Amino acid sequence: MISVRELTKVYGTVLAVDRVSFEVPKGLIVGFLGPNGAGKSTTLRMLTCFLAPTSGTAAINGFNIFHQSEQVRSNLGYLPENVPLYPEMRVEEYLDFRGRLRKMDRPTRRKRMDYVIERCWLGTVRRRPIGHLSKGYRQRVGLADSLLHNPAVLILDEPTVGLDPTQIRETRKLIKELGGEHTLLLSTHILPEVEAVCDMAIVIAGGRIAAQGTPEELRASRRLGSRVLIECRGPAKEVELALARVSGVSRVEILNGHGDAAYVTAALRPKEGCDVREEAARTVIQKGWPLREVRLEHATLEEFFVQVTANQAMGRTE
Amino acid sequence: MTRAPTIARRELSSYFYSPIAYVALALFLLASGVAFWDDFQPGAPAEMRHMFTWMVDLLVFIIPVLSMGLLAQEWATGTIEPLLTAPVNDSDVVVGKFFGSLAFFLVLLAPTLLYAALLTLYGHTDKGAIASGYLGIILVGALFIAVGLFCSALTRSQVVAAVAAAAALFMATIVPAWAAGQATLGTFWRGVVNQCVLRRYEDFSKGIIDSGNIVFFIAVTAVLLFLTTKALEMRRWA
Repeated sequence: MISVRELTKVYGTVLAVDRVSFEVPKGLIVGFLGPNGAGKSTTLRMLTCFLAPTSGTAAINGFNIFHQSEQVRSNLGYLPENVPLYPEMRVEEYLDFRGRLRKMDRPTRRKRMDYVIERCWLGTVRRRPIGHLSKGYRQRVGLADSLLHNPAVLILDEPTVGLDPTQIRETRKLIKELGGEHTLLLSTHILPEVEAVCDMAIVIAGGRIAAQGTPEELRASRRLGSRVLIECRGPAKEVELALARVSGVSRVEILNGHGDAAYVTAALRPKEGCDVREEAARTVIQKGWPLREVRLEHATLEEFFVQVTANQAMGRTE
Repeated sequence: MTRAPTIARRELSSYFYSPIAYVALALFLLASGVAFWDDFQPGAPAEMRHMFTWMVDLLVFIIPVLSMGLLAQEWATGTIEPLLTAPVNDSDVVVGKFFGSLAFFLVLLAPTLLYAALLTLYGHTDKGAIASGYLGIILVGALFIAVGLFCSALTRSQVVAAVAAAAALFMATIVPAWAAGQATLGTFWRGVVNQCVLRRYEDFSKGIIDSGNIVFFIAVTAVLLFLTTKALEMRRWA
């Protein structure tokens, strides 16, 4: 549905997007993940024909973004970052204007407007000027606009930014419902969002693709096993040495900044298939260090994200 | 350019929500009303030449205020993004905005028809001269809007757009008119000065419709709209 080849964008001397390639299969919800300034919005703007790439190309629904820009835009619903709208227009008026721009005839326009207004819970504000709406409602107006012409592909740039927790949940629910029917590419820097709604994630950092796959695959690709956290009262150096000797432990790391200065928290990386909790707890008690907590922690996508983006920031290629 | 009327309509209606447009409208009517006073005297010829000439000077400052937001504001607020990612051509946007603004200019001009009605009531008016005066002022307005739209396409600051447009119009209208009054002007410069807006407009206000003048206004306006389209296109590649 979306296929991107070596897309590159240079602003003056700044390389914003560096040879990005990926595919989004039909009907999937794909998260475009990256820290702020990673090149997410720039990439999406190139896909929506708002910016011209410096080199590389992309196709949406089989239409090339260079040569068939108008067809690309006809098949595309786009929610830009921060949802810019005309504040003086009423919700209905705006959607009608957008429908006219898309050359929808009056009956289709009416029908689709009623549909998107219902779908995006805008019924109570349809006659209100957009400038008087809260951020959450404006976001929904933007979403309604992007759905108006029932596009095959939806590109949403940070669709949940600035919403309150209830609205975030509602928006995610809506996005999930839209998958299957539409192909979705949504950018975000919020990890739980990807885990909650996306079938696939593409991680971008420093203008490059750092990784892509399903959330599970991403976790697996880093061999980010679980880790055991042990909190006890004892001298940090000795705790580290003692725990490193426990059988099945491959690496020990002392985590700092956990409040209470007398207590240290050690993170143990167990070897494949080992549960080191019992052995580690016994060691700590034998040493006479008061033990406060033993906890098994499973790897999160967050950890993966931090690793990948940190590596990218240091200029290492993975 | 099939989407241009939709954009023009939205642009026109947005003026009616803008306080600045109302201020411009009020100032324009006030100033042209004062100018009409000179035309509306016992014994004076029943025509509106004073008002029309004065209007051109006035539009040098009023049109930039009306045109400054056309594109600059879209860039500043980001609404340009949904607009250009809808299936519209850059020329749809430029032509639509131009005609939307021109339509508001006609709204601005419409109340002055009352003056023409007053003149007809009290004197034997030269209807042809008044009609050609209106034709001329509409052509001048169109040209000025095109200048303002071009300036608005180059920046995201409305203030910069307005000042740049006013400066350009001042140089093209008021400065040459002043220079033309200088006896020491060389032949070359006199030729240049005769190409200026006010010189070409004078004929219209006298009731002379010279096709050369009509072509001048339409051609310059079209060139500016073309340049605006190119300026808009250029920003995609920035």
